[in-house]
Amino acid sequence: MTARTASLWQFRQPSVIPGFGLALGVTLSWLILIILIPLSGLAWRSSALGWSTFWALATDQRTVNALRISFGTAFVAALINVVFGVILAWVLVRYRFPGKRIIDAMVDLPFALPTAVAGIALTTLYAPNGWIGSLLAPLGIKIAFTPIGIVFALVFVGLPFVVRTVQPIMEEIDKEVEEAAATLGANRFQTISRVLLPGLAPAVLTGFALAFARGVGEYGSVIFIAGNLPYISEIAPLLIVIRLEEFNYPAATAIAAIMLMISFVMLLIINTIQAWSRRRYGYGA
Amino acid sequence: MAHDGATTAGTGNTELVRVATSEHRMARYTLIGLALCFVGLFLVLPLAAVFTEAFRNGPGEFLTVLSDPETFAAIELTLLVAVIAVPLNLVFGIAAAWAIAKFEFKGKAFLTTLIDLPFSVSPVISGLVFILLFGSHSLLGPWLQHHGVQILFAVPGIVLATIFVTFPFVARELIPLMQEQGTSDEEAALSLGASGWQTFWYVTLPNIKWGLLYGVLLCNARAMGEFGAVSVVSGHIRGLTNTMPLQVEILYNEYNFVAAFAVATLLALLALVTLVLKSLLEMKYSEQIAASRRH
Repeated sequence: MTARTASLWQFRQPSVIPGFGLALGVTLSWLILIILIPLSGLAWRSSALGWSTFWALATDQRTVNALRISFGTAFVAALINVVFGVILAWVLVRYRFPGKRIIDAMVDLPFALPTAVAGIALTTLYAPNGWIGSLLAPLGIKIAFTPIGIVFALVFVGLPFVVRTVQPIMEEIDKEVEEAAATLGANRFQTISRVLLPGLAPAVLTGFALAFARGVGEYGSVIFIAGNLPYISEIAPLLIVIRLEEFNYPAATAIAAIMLMISFVMLLIINTIQAWSRRRYGYGA
Repeated sequence: MAHDGATTAGTGNTELVRVATSEHRMARYTLIGLALCFVGLFLVLPLAAVFTEAFRNGPGEFLTVLSDPETFAAIELTLLVAVIAVPLNLVFGIAAAWAIAKFEFKGKAFLTTLIDLPFSVSPVISGLVFILLFGSHSLLGPWLQHHGVQILFAVPGIVLATIFVTFPFVARELIPLMQEQGTSDEEAALSLGASGWQTFWYVTLPNIKWGLLYGVLLCNARAMGEFGAVSVVSGHIRGLTNTMPLQVEILYNEYNFVAAFAVATLLALLALVTLVLKSLLEMKYSEQIAASRRH
């Protein structure tokens, strides 16, 4: 701390704690070996395609549709998760009811349950002859083997991201803020919508971004329930796998590069909005 | 008398505050109902479906299916992959957390972002990068082939892809926790003459053990359950390169539903054990791992 003024010159501030070199050495070697070299391989291979080849692969109709489906369903699923995730977090933080502990623990199930298992379980439920699907089939509602099925799988996968980012911030909310709002004549609905929810906006946005990013890349839980019809219910990660099986490495590389670029830009935008709303409102953080 | 009046006024106020800062009973029940329906529909029912479908034809068939040698090989491979990937990421996670939490240096925020990178990469792309690196069309491919080293469509590729995907788990749990704990304990130990390793073993490690266990638990669950990345590099060779999740997929696609769900049951049990241990850790040592829940 005292050395902060002198630290302008130094790579690191002096400290009596040993092991910096070893720890950073291990960290950087492992990071470079496992993450950076493989990822830069992808960047190098896609740049080696050349602009015209890349453009042709990127604008291929099947690719465009797959990307649209992946990003579209992930967006819708993240929106659904924001609504129900905030309700769920609210109920878990504010109310007492039997089985609350179990529900709280269950929220993490999508983190712990392998995606392939989630995929076949959801398909069993929502297929036209499944537990819930058979109830909906007479009404003409089809969930599995349509883009709605993809949304359902992504809702499952993304739920804990929203709940677990919003929940700790909700726990931090000071009761006095609500009391002040009530004193000033706000009714309960006004207090929640004008005072509490805006303050939660940064956390909700973070949860949305995490659920969305996870949904875009999700593969295991989706491929069983999606039906995988090209142009209609084929997600981008599946198209990468299909191109790889055809040994069409350039196409697989191009789709992967586009996915990474779009995700990166979207996360950048969301980070900016989040920084803005954190300055504007924002609890804790 | 006056005392009594004050008390009544006091309770009256608390009552007013309670009414003003909580929802109407109907609203409360509606919200709880909505939350429970959502959890039931998306979390409880899928889990119930796994177990019901696995035991559809009774426990006899369930056991027959599980004693299949291919399934057995898949279980063995899954355990092997986790036994290699988790300890490696554990060592990395501790090293990364030590460097990032205990020191101030340039580029720390950037390093933290890089560590989180695998979380924002699709599992399929995590597999693809290794195909591009070691495949027959790559720079390394021909050299590896010449020397008879098999990485793709073999155990090393599966292990590498799993390490890639589970890379941030331990580090991510430990960094906020160790940042919150600061360096004063270590400084005290060092000033009393402990060596660096002694300080780590006897001071830091006991401080972070529950957070560490928590991270390992999540890392292990993901390592054993990873599907997308492993699917791309495995080559799906039966009895050789199929992990349990891949075995589930193959059996399911062959319409062998009971077998698929039987293997899925084992993975679901793993998930349940993970959740129970996680909840126990959170209940007992919440203050020691609370930091990590605030991303």
